[in-house]
Amino acid sequence: MSEIKSGILRKEPLIFEKSQPGREGFSLPAAEIPRLKELPDSCLRKEDPVLPALSEVEVIRHYTRLSHWNHCIELGTYPLGSCTMKYNPKINEKIAEIRGLTSLHPAQSQDDIQGALELMYTLEKELCDLSGFSRVTLQPSAGANGEFTGLSIIQKAIKEKGEAQNRKKVLIPDSAHGTNPASVVLNGFEPVEIKSGPDGYLEIESIKPHLDSQLAAIMVTNPNTLGIYERNLCEISKAVHEAGGYVYMDGANFNAIMGVVKPGDIGVDTMHFNLHKTFSTPHGGGGPGAGPVGVVKALEPYLPVPIVEKDKQGQYFLDTDRPSSIGKVHPFYGNYAVLVRALVYILENGSSGLAEVTKRAVLNARYLRARLSKILEIPYKTDTLHEAVFSDRKIKKETGVTTMDVAKRLLDFGVHPPTVYFPLIVSGAFMVEPTETESLQDLDAFVDIVSQILDETKTDPEKVKTAPHNTGVGRLDETYAARSKILRWKKKK
Amino acid sequence: MQKNYIFTKSHEWFDPKTNKVGITAFAIEHIGDVVEVELPEEDEEMDKGDEAGTIESVKTASELFCPVSGKVVKINEELEDSPELLNESPFDKGWLFKLEPSDSGEFSELMNVDEYSKFCAEEED
Amino acid sequence: MRYLPQSEFDIKKMLKEIRVGSIEELFSSIPKEEKISEVKLEEGRDELHLCRFFHNLAAKNKVKDIILAGGGVYPHNFPAAAASIVSRPEFATAYTPYQPEVSQGTLQAIFEFQTMVSELMQLEVANASMYDAGSALGEALLMAYRVKRGKRKKVLVSKAISPDYLQVVKTMLQSFGDIEIEYLPWDSKTGKTILPQSLDKNIAAVALGYPNYFGVIEDISRMTTLTSSKKALAITVSQDAAVFGMLEAPGNLGVDIAVAEGMSLAGTWGMGGPGVGLMATRKKYTKKMPGRIVGQTKDEDGNSGYVLTLATREQHIRREKATSNICTNQALVALAFTVHLSLLGSRGLTRINALMRNRALELYEELLAIKGIKPVFTGPFFNEFVLSFPGNTEKLRKFLADHGIVFGIYLKKYSDVDSVFDNTIVLSTTELIETQDIKKTIKLVKQFYQD
Repeated sequence: MSEIKSGILRKEPLIFEKSQPGREGFSLPAAEIPRLKELPDSCLRKEDPVLPALSEVEVIRHYTRLSHWNHCIELGTYPLGSCTMKYNPKINEKIAEIRGLTSLHPAQSQDDIQGALELMYTLEKELCDLSGFSRVTLQPSAGANGEFTGLSIIQKAIKEKGEAQNRKKVLIPDSAHGTNPASVVLNGFEPVEIKSGPDGYLEIESIKPHLDSQLAAIMVTNPNTLGIYERNLCEISKAVHEAGGYVYMDGANFNAIMGVVKPGDIGVDTMHFNLHKTFSTPHGGGGPGAGPVGVVKALEPYLPVPIVEKDKQGQYFLDTDRPSSIGKVHPFYGNYAVLVRALVYILENGSSGLAEVTKRAVLNARYLRARLSKILEIPYKTDTLHEAVFSDRKIKKETGVTTMDVAKRLLDFGVHPPTVYFPLIVSGAFMVEPTETESLQDLDAFVDIVSQILDETKTDPEKVKTAPHNTGVGRLDETYAARSKILRWKKKK
Repeated sequence: MQKNYIFTKSHEWFDPKTNKVGITAFAIEHIGDVVEVELPEEDEEMDKGDEAGTIESVKTASELFCPVSGKVVKINEELEDSPELLNESPFDKGWLFKLEPSDSGEFSELMNVDEYSKFCAEEED
Repeated sequence: MRYLPQSEFDIKKMLKEIRVGSIEELFSSIPKEEKISEVKLEEGRDELHLCRFFHNLAAKNKVKDIILAGGGVYPHNFPAAAASIVSRPEFATAYTPYQPEVSQGTLQAIFEFQTMVSELMQLEVANASMYDAGSALGEALLMAYRVKRGKRKKVLVSKAISPDYLQVVKTMLQSFGDIEIEYLPWDSKTGKTILPQSLDKNIAAVALGYPNYFGVIEDISRMTTLTSSKKALAITVSQDAAVFGMLEAPGNLGVDIAVAEGMSLAGTWGMGGPGVGLMATRKKYTKKMPGRIVGQTKDEDGNSGYVLTLATREQHIRREKATSNICTNQALVALAFTVHLSLLGSRGLTRINALMRNRALELYEELLAIKGIKPVFTGPFFNEFVLSFPGNTEKLRKFLADHGIVFGIYLKKYSDVDSVFDNTIVLSTTELIETQDIKKTIKLVKQFYQD
């Protein structure tokens, strides 16, 4: 495989450095003299904020040039494990721009936003059907926000039972995302780390010591971050329920079981979906996403307000009269424009199409695993679903090359590296999730590139250790960044 | 390594002569390039084993535990702008804070240089 | 399926490599009894039917041309140029910038965003954004608690902050459990929050709306004098970052943490989200801040570049000791905000402020000229204000809605605290409101009262 030389990358100064006095890039009604005399002087700004002064064409060029420095799904493979970087359909975007769907103000009467309410109602129903939960709140803004919401719901349920003083412990496997323990603390619970079993999944034995009156919940990612299905989850759930606790499922990897398993059917009490992973809404360089949360019947009373209901006449309405609710987790209805895109994706595929999406995602991941495990060490031999995690232990010992080096060298071939150094239980983890939207040729090309890099670790290890070579900037000094703390532009004096 | 220092299992050192507290070269080696040091406030009363701050590199944050009980009388202000002192001179210029020990009886509970070197060698394995 | 590139032929080849006989076998690690037995086979839709379905939904909504309501959602103009940048796949379909060498576009844009937020607020450090202003306020209060090392367990929060934000804050702090909220009432005459004469030692922070939910501009300096005397933190929350084109920056008034909503300038205000919570603070509190932060650095050849930095505050490294569980920022909305402000410059932003302000005064004065309509508060306002109306206010709003006007937000639903809210509406304007829109509104209001 040959390395990629990018097109023309321009060193682009900060937009503030390009600013020229007197230029403007806006088109607004004529200037008016603001009527400010009624306002006390103390609340008026004395100095304008320093913002760029540039014409429209200069602003467009600046950001277009910056965009060229980004890798993105539309350029090539993006196999970040756990992140589910699948193709984001164009039709989602087109529909999300329909004015009648989005140019609505929350202060409008519910009669005037029936379409928007129906949209949210329909999305909720679809998510319920897919997951086996009885209701879903669409409010949470992201996966982590969903975790917070689900745990809040559990906390409220425990409180209503009068057990809030005692039940504080939340069990979290050592393979979990960092958000899990952070969310637990944000909810006033205490995280307790549980060791994964030797085959990469949870064993009931490791849970047993914690099944007592202090147990609030267990938080399980299923399939877990090794891509392995938690085959004991049903049994674990039963045991947790018997001890008076609840089961939270981190749905970050729901794309591996969508249309195959309904979490609501296997003992899970509440789970968040990541619409930006499983349901194809764009990641946006780090948001906005959406993290709806599903619950079983018993937890319904605690869902955030409002939720969309339908009356006997077929009118949709926002139900705020829910006395046991945990309250709001978003000021309005959640990341509505993201919800629109997710519903487009669900309806385009239909439930049969979504089940097929899951099958192809697993097929791609298993194919990649089959090929890569011939050249990379795979620490857990257990069958995996949508992703596979490799380790750099062997290469590191033999050549001194690390996962980070291989990751950086991949950039030279125009491929985004997989997730690295996560999960923490695998040393030098290299976590690959191709998703269903990569073709066989893309997958083969990825394997060939990795294979070529592994050859280089023997023939020319320096080349790998000093990669990347073809990107606009080389490895950036993170220590310098953290020590010098330059966090904004300042005018040179 | 300074002969007269005493050491904890969490790799802090204490100098009974100057009452300074720091962390060992062994620990710094594992942390990597230090980018940030968070220290207790002056006048704060600490018990032995209390969390006294954090030492951070780009990718890790390690808790710092108070090696002996006492009142914090001075902190090393130079570290705020030059955290690299911890990498360059962990036993000297990279000291963290000064304590007024409340119970010198505790000193014997810590390791001496030889014991600590042995402890580190075992940790390495 | 158009998004699935595997042909029958490919699938056979892949299964052979994996050494399984069928795709179903790939799922053999899942216990049989856990698999869905009856799969509901709902077919998908082709593009034509998909569009038809959503256009039908859209037709059930009534888009209004004149929106005189804010409450955290202000319909500002969003230029075509900004929209075109935001829709670029290099920005829209990239992940969080974990590999900085191939994410400089996103990283530099966030660095520019942080600079703008810091400039607007006149506070040294801004993060890469939070979900929305409501959750950002909750995070600010939690941050104040951390600054005070968990030793001060109470916060004073103005009841005149947006009730939508307060409900989010309440959920967050109640779940956290270790912080007590005491609400500060507002003065029924001025609409300003009643601040205590002095602060107890156990108070970590005081939070005010700036302007508050009624549009009233609070005495921010009074709050900051109070907080600084007891080393508590002063927090402000603003429903629309645009007002800082003309209103004094929180940092210049002594505020320690300023949060604001940016979505109204980012073109994503429809139905209230996705939002983008701006957060800025003093340098000394940098390490206590939640969320992503981008910093400038260099590579081994000395080229300047940008990386996510100070990550030891965050969940992926610090886990249960993180400053928050927040993972992403609202990157694409933050980009929209940044590009829009780049186009506006301070001159454009000032222009928007002048238009917002002047239209608001026009609306205010012309409504007050109608018999029976009265101002509710005497405190100063910028572009949002509360009036009381004679007769049935809900009918009035309905009548205007039928003529394409969203006539403010009816405050009755927040009347649990104060009876002042009978028949009161909070109204606001942006640069999208023209004088002729106000004329039309006034004419209809008069007509309503004549009939």
